[in-house]
This record gives sequence, structure tokens and C-alpha cells, in this order.
Amino acid sequence: MLNVSGITKQYGERTVLDDVSFSVARGRLTGFVGGNGAGKTTTMRIILGLLDRNGGSVSLDGEPLTAAQRRSFGYMPEERGLYPKMKVLEQITYLARLHGFDKSVASEKAADILTELGLGERLADPIESLSLGNQQRAQIAAALVHDPDVLILDEPFSGLDPMAVETVVAVLQQRAGRGAAVLFSSHQLDVVERLCDDLVIIADGSVRAAGEREALRKEHSTNRYELVSTGDAGWLRDEPGIEVIDFDTGHAVFDVADDDAAQRVLRRSVAESAVISFAPQHPSLAQIFKEVVR
Amino acid sequence: MTPQPLSTPQATYLVAEREVATRVRSKAFVISTLILLIGIVVGILAMNFFGERESTTQVAAPDTISAQLAEIDGIEVTEVADADAARELVENEEVDAAVVQDDESPTGVTIVALTDAPSELLQSLSQAPNVELLNPDAGWSPIRYILAIAFGIVFMMSAMSFGSPVATSVVEEKQTRVIEILLTAIPARALLAGKVVGNTLLALAQIILIVAAVAVSLILTDQTEILAGLGTPLLWFALFFVAGFLLIATMFAATGALVSRQEDISQTIAPVMYIVMIPYFLVIFFNDNPLVMGIMSYVPFSSPVSMPIRLFFNEAQWWEPILSIVISLIACVLVIMLAAKIYERSLLRMGARVKWSEALKK
Repeated sequence: MLNVSGITKQYGERTVLDDVSFSVARGRLTGFVGGNGAGKTTTMRIILGLLDRNGGSVSLDGEPLTAAQRRSFGYMPEERGLYPKMKVLEQITYLARLHGFDKSVASEKAADILTELGLGERLADPIESLSLGNQQRAQIAAALVHDPDVLILDEPFSGLDPMAVETVVAVLQQRAGRGAAVLFSSHQLDVVERLCDDLVIIADGSVRAAGEREALRKEHSTNRYELVSTGDAGWLRDEPGIEVIDFDTGHAVFDVADDDAAQRVLRRSVAESAVISFAPQHPSLAQIFKEVVR
Repeated sequence: MTPQPLSTPQATYLVAEREVATRVRSKAFVISTLILLIGIVVGILAMNFFGERESTTQVAAPDTISAQLAEIDGIEVTEVADADAARELVENEEVDAAVVQDDESPTGVTIVALTDAPSELLQSLSQAPNVELLNPDAGWSPIRYILAIAFGIVFMMSAMSFGSPVATSVVEEKQTRVIEILLTAIPARALLAGKVVGNTLLALAQIILIVAAVAVSLILTDQTEILAGLGTPLLWFALFFVAGFLLIATMFAATGALVSRQEDISQTIAPVMYIVMIPYFLVIFFNDNPLVMGIMSYVPFSSPVSMPIRLFFNEAQWWEPILSIVISLIACVLVIMLAAKIYERSLLRMGARVKWSEALKK
């Protein structure tokens, strides 16, 4: 488990991170969500030791993080970059060797991960000749080639088409399955929502919400229901304990005062006309995000 | 299978290996090196060829003198009937000069030429008194000047052609942002050391190729005695070169770390360029000034140029090059430590150029 506790970072008078604490569990994917300039990249750089911090600490499995442990991390920086003229396979092999693998093992691992990410045909091409999406895949390979057990990925999905997102998601889930702690930031909230087990939401340099995705959802859920029926549900407006949020003949979204009110509405709907669907509405990550960031 | 974390020397080796491989594989580098080597060989061969051909002087002389002249090297004699016939050939520009009998002249002959006195012919016919030089090595000599220029140029050119790529490759890593990934894998000092070592090896390899090209051309043109005299100074030059180049490459790396775009590199690189050029000019203007040469042979940036020259002319005591190289190595260690500091502080700074004072302050 990677533990970030009380990290503070100041640039002169400006505080960019204020007492940031959260943890990234092994075997799980943790999504790191926040607006532009919220402090995601700064936090990640501090975890990697690329930036000094003004306060707080980072520990791994209960022990303070050492430089040697950091060097075994897999990191995908926000600013992408590999040597443009170097061939894809050579580049990833070189990085694997810098992480301590023998030349032959490094080359094998590089070829494996590149193939897994769908670059098997492009091994001998220079990075600069690849499309942006494929350069992105090479960048992900660079973070994964040395089998890191902690992965810090800054916006790993930006610039990827939906198919590539699926490929990368599969690889990340497989790494987490083997016991890696994975922290990734993204502004594609739908992807984060689908993929992550845990969530950290940051805004203006401080953590607004952190924890298991489902727990967060429950915490932020309201008693909101959605009804779709064939008839006119206009009677909802006169029903006690109901507040209609959105209404369009057969479609209604409403808040209920308690569970009894909900059951009452359902019974009446069935009596009035054919019900197509009646379901409680869970807040989407986007909604939770908007709510906690406000 | 878990990898073994690299030690700093191992990481340095890997970085150096990549630097060398990238450079050696670039077509521009291979072609420019080949052109340089071919230029050296062709140049020495051509100088030798033209040097030999122009030394023959066509001379007309009456038969009384022609027999004596024929024994002198570099003269081709045309035998004529008398002095007037010889003069006529000179006027018609069929020969360079004529040698005719003249009893009033102390040498017994007069040289007839059209516009200029033919100096080579004059020399070979003159009788010069014996000269005894008490200190033959101390005076101005063309070989001294040539050596000064040769060592000066080789050092300056190598420093520029292999030093500035160090700065460029540092900036390239900053500009392409690959630096962030590299620094999460290895320490900044290993990256710095690897770049410096890789480019020093490349520069040294090119120096060795140049020396080999010079040696081969001198052997081909039968000038082996110059070669024998050059042996020891060349070895010293190579040794000093390594120390001097390490210093310069380290400075280039540090200056490269201060900017984040190739376009800005010329701003920070200028001071290092001056440091590289100044010894070259000093050694050209002051190569016969023992005081300046003596001081220069201890200053780390200029010792690779001036110490080998002093050694060639036996002006330095046996301990002097050793002391000088120790000074160079100490300077090297200090500059590397300083550069590592600048490097670590500036590598992740993007955007505007980092000021020296900012990079150095705590």
C-alpha cells in the first residue's frame, strides 16, 4: 500500500498542495480526479521524488519510501516524451535496462509489452514515425516494461481511441490483478468510473473525497428515482412526499421523502399505465465530482 | 524475475553506450569524420607532392660551368654554346635563369635572371660561413608554430564538435520530456556522467583516428623523422586531452541543463565556447613566449595545447606534466560536482532559461 500523508507544496507564497493525504492499495486501481491545475501532476511528481515537498511524507507498505524503491516504480509523465529518433523496441529495451534488466531479458520484455499493447508490427520504426495514439502506447510500455509493483500514470488514456483505451485498461487490470498498486489520473470521468476501484478527488490542492468508488456513490446518492411509462405521469406532481425534478409526459425524475413514498409511486404507476422502467438513480462520477469540487 | 537495481557506474555505462551508439549511427557524423580523415591524408600527400615538384629550377649554362651545376640537387641544366646564348634563353623565358662565367665576381660566376633573383639557385651556389647555434631549440621555429596551430585546432575543433552535442543532447532530453522517465529510473549524476563519458570516448576515438591518419600519410611520404619526434608529445596530448575534454564536456552538460529548448541553447553556451577558443588564440600568438606558455601549461583548459609543445622542445621538467595533469584532474572533479548540482536543480525546470545564480543557490 502506497500512503501519501499530509503533503504540502508551496511555490513562494502560493500553496499548490495543502495537506494532501490518500492511499493507493495493492491489487486495486485508484483513479485520481481533479480539474486542470488542481494538483494531480504535482502530487504524482512528489510521489516519484521529482519534486521536493514542503511537508508531509510518502510511505510504501508502512515504511518511508526510499530512492531505490522509487526507481522501481512505473511512471507515465503528463508531458509525454521518448527519444524521437530511437526505434520503438530499442527505446523500451533501453529503459528496461536502466531499470536493471540484462540486455537480452530487457529486449524480450520490451517486445512482449509492446506486442501486448498492439505495437508488435512497429518495433523497428522510430518513435517519431508513429501516430500520436501509437506514441502514447509506447509511452505506456515505457512505464510498464520493468514489471513495476507501483504504477503512477498521469492521464494514461488521453489521446487514445476507444479500442486503445480498452487495450490499456485490460493491461492495467491485469497488472493490478498481480498485486500492483495503480494510481492513474484522468479527466475522462466515464472511463475512471468504469475502471477504478478507489477514487481520490482533488480540487484547489486539497483532497475533497477519497475512498472506495461504491462507498462514495452511496455517500453521495440521493433518494432520486426515474420512472418511464407509457401513460402521462402528471399525477406525480400532486403526490405527497414527492419532488419532481424533471418531467416529460411518460418520463419523470423525482426525489422521494422516504422509501414508502417510492413504493406508493410504483404501485400507482402500475395501476395508471404500463411501466417500462422504475429505478433508483445512482449519481454518476461526474455528478459526485461537481458536487464535491463546488 | 526481478531486476537488479543498477549502481551509478552501471547506469553511467548504459547512458554512455546509448550516446556513443546514437552518434556513431548518425550518417552526418560518419560522413563528416570520413571527410576529415580523407582531408588530412590528401592534404599531407598533396603538400609533399607539390613541394617536390616546384623545387626544380631550369638553368642554362655554357659547357664550362654546366658540369659543376649538374651535380647540384634541384637544378636542371640546359647546355648552351656561350654566355650570350644562355642570356637569350632567359629572355625567351625558356629557362628560369642562366649561369655565366664572370671573372670579376668573387664566386667566378654571375646569375642572369629575368625579373627576380632565383633564390634557390642563389642559395645552392653561395658559400655560407659555418653557423654554430648555442641554444638551437630556444628560437622561433616554424615547427613550433605548426605544432601550436595543430594542437590548438585539434583541441578546439574536438571540444566544439563533441562538446556542444553534450549540451544539445541534454536539451533534447528536456525538450522531449524523456528526462522525467529517465530520472525516475536513474540518478541525475549517472545521466550527467554517462553523457560526458560517452562523448569523451567519441572525441578521443576521433583524435586517435586523426593521429593515425597523420602517421600513415607521413609514412607514405617518407617523413618518418618528424613522426618519431612527435611520438611522446602526442601521447601527452592524448592524456591531457582526456582531462581537458572531460572538463569541457561537463560544462557543456551543465549549460545545456539551464535551458529547455534547442533555440535557447546559444545563450548559455557562449561562455563555454570562449573558454574553448581562448587557449587556441593564446597559443597561436604566444607560442614563443616562455612565461605565457608556462602559465598556460598549468591552466586546465589550455594545458592540453601548451604542455605537449613545451615537452616537444624539452622546455618542461619531468615533473611538470604530472603536476599539470593532477591540477586538471582536481579541476575536473570540482567542475563535475558543481555541474551535477546545476544539473539536478535545472533538469525539471521547463520554460524560461534558468539563471546560473538560481541553479547554484541552495
